[in-house]
Amino acid sequence: MTTSQSTFHDALLDAAQPIPLGLSDGQARPAGRRFSVYRNNVAVSLTEAMHLAFPVIAKLLGKQNMDGLAGIFLRQHPPASPLMMHYGEAFPDFLQNTEQLAHLGYLPDVARLELALRRSYHAADSTPIAPEALALPPEELVNARLTFAPSMELVRSPWPIHAIWLFNTQDDAPKPQPGAQDVLITRAEFDPEPQLLPAGGADWIQAMQAGQPLGQAHETALAAAEGFDLGATLALLLRGNAITSVTTERLEP
Amino acid sequence: MSNTAKTLVIASAVAAAIAGTATTASAQAKEKCYGISKAGQNDCAAGPGTTCAGTSTVDYQGNAWTLVDAGTCESIELPAQADGTPRKGSLEPLERDLPA
Repeated sequence: MTTSQSTFHDALLDAAQPIPLGLSDGQARPAGRRFSVYRNNVAVSLTEAMHLAFPVIAKLLGKQNMDGLAGIFLRQHPPASPLMMHYGEAFPDFLQNTEQLAHLGYLPDVARLELALRRSYHAADSTPIAPEALALPPEELVNARLTFAPSMELVRSPWPIHAIWLFNTQDDAPKPQPGAQDVLITRAEFDPEPQLLPAGGADWIQAMQAGQPLGQAHETALAAAEGFDLGATLALLLRGNAITSVTTERLEP
Repeated sequence: MSNTAKTLVIASAVAAAIAGTATTASAQAKEKCYGISKAGQNDCAAGPGTTCAGTSTVDYQGNAWTLVDAGTCESIELPAQADGTPRKGSLEPLERDLPA
């Protein structure tokens, strides 16, 4: 007698279900206890994966809470892909919908930041423009359009997620203060780096991503944040090797 | 603000950003430095299912690296080895402090 793959899979993640029938060891004896060992290994390895995947969330919650939460999460969201480096994509929403964590409103966005850092790490390489490529006549500059590196990520939050991330990953970081923060992730060399964007910076980048020319995106950002600083935002992108092309429309002479 | 004024604001902001990168580019450069990281703390943000994250198992493991500011690797001060041999960071993998 054999068991179907889906019965086997379901029983693997749900200890309340009976051990699938028909499992036997090399000497044709029932192998129920071996199934329990396997069941345990799956849960333990996915729990370890969650700790590695969300180190800041794990630190904020503590090991025991993270273990418990990962145990629930991995049963609701087993890996959908063998690419384990992206495991946990559903975790931010899961945190958001976990009632007991409602008082820690910043957790989902911190998890989104940790996911984005991993996406950035594994994104394709690209060739950045030299900063001098932006040294264009002013009239061409306002009509310029940019494209960005696949490793660039933007995470916007009403919470101070950049400060929370720093405080929990670096020894000398200051204590987070309340307030919204937009984070730009760039991968200038090998590792992604989260950087705090000035007000309006994320609006400008999103407008550029949507294909607006530079001048129009500048207006969009100013409308969102009066003190928008284009120079500071561009400097972060250039230093992060995040701009991959500049195109301008040639003006009629 | 007139369109000309706006254009000038944008042009000067872009010029400032370009100038800013010229002065910070060299300060930002990093190099791989072998033999300086504490066990389990070598650099890697790759996440689960990969083999690089925090895989050094002994302190100052000679074949595990960390990114440091360019030009600083070989001058990083480390405690001497048990037999008194001094330890230094290296731009190439080292034979010392390998896991048993």
